[in-house]
Amino acid sequence: MGAQQRVYRQRSRSVQSMKKITRAMELIAASRVLKARQRVEQTTPYARAITRAVSAVATFSDVDHPLTTERENPTRAGVLIVTSDRGLAGAYSANVLKKSEQLRELLHEDQRTFVPYLAGRKAEGYYNFRQRPYETSWSGFSDAPTFEIAKEIGERLTADFIKGADEGGVDEIHLVYTRFINMVSQEVQVVRLLPLEVVEEDVSESGADLFPLYEFEPSGPQVLDALLPKYVTSRIYNALLQAAASELAARQRAMKSATDNAEELIKTYTRLANQARQAEITQEISEIVGGASALADAK
Amino acid sequence: MSTLQVELVAADRRVWSGEAQAVSARSTEGDLGILPGHSPLLGVLVEGEVRIDTGDGRETVTIDTGFLSVDHDRVTIVAEQVDASSLSSGATD
Repeated sequence: MGAQQRVYRQRSRSVQSMKKITRAMELIAASRVLKARQRVEQTTPYARAITRAVSAVATFSDVDHPLTTERENPTRAGVLIVTSDRGLAGAYSANVLKKSEQLRELLHEDQRTFVPYLAGRKAEGYYNFRQRPYETSWSGFSDAPTFEIAKEIGERLTADFIKGADEGGVDEIHLVYTRFINMVSQEVQVVRLLPLEVVEEDVSESGADLFPLYEFEPSGPQVLDALLPKYVTSRIYNALLQAAASELAARQRAMKSATDNAEELIKTYTRLANQARQAEITQEISEIVGGASALADAK
Repeated sequence: MSTLQVELVAADRRVWSGEAQAVSARSTEGDLGILPGHSPLLGVLVEGEVRIDTGDGRETVTIDTGFLSVDHDRVTIVAEQVDASSLSSGATD
């Protein structure tokens, strides 16, 4: 076999094994994304119950809770950036990081310091490579976040928020994550987590029936005290789950196009190899014919 | 006699829902019993057992901290973690 032919065959084989890998990753992501979506749906009752309860308390007691009060001159803004732990998910993490950079500039214009909190190894890598400092980071859960992780993040963010900028904490907390809309579209979202703006999402659904006059046990402010941290955690948990579903959907899409590309490449290489083989045959024939006629001429 | 519509919700799933005659749980102020026709209430629950009397049996689960809301005979018990190992199967939807 000719050298040219062998080179094409080799490349084609290596692309074939890559195709097997990307196809496998595509299938894995496809099966996991279903589970991730179910998990998002399963947490909806909890999120709805807690949102309803918080809005009920907020309606009936006009208490100023530290978590809902706007600071007068916010100087430090914490930003939780939710990325993936692993790559091969197309532009998933890059999009989130790009959005966080935009937010960083926006905050800079408002004379606020950007204090990053990172979730996911990709974000850590991004900050470490640029040798930029970050407040803290969590990683190792991006495709299947647990409630415990959300709670840990929630507690840390709430604690830093309550501390305030003067004591090394932050004055507000933003959240940059990817919202799962459907299998083909996911959108990077920037939302402000703290100070809280209650009442949203479920307004359309339960807005019609007014809240009854609740009795609070032990008391309005104390109920709010217990509920708000849970509300924050529930928001973070929801964001993490949406991000996980988005990551898997992005990975599935990226791997599908990688598989398609591999198929295309294999086709091209097969054609090239065939051409090389044919060229070789043609050359051999012309060599034989040339040789034969040279012998005939010599007689 | 009217019944209560009970929903027991954990952070990551709906654990149990169905009709019940009575619900009792432990709030920060002490044990709390809910019967049909209870006035609207929002209470903070501490770690402990929640008992749901379904009329033909009793479901008992252990929760960590959470809260409970009652309005128009709809009871929602919300906890971060629910130990549902003692639940009789079939009632979950």
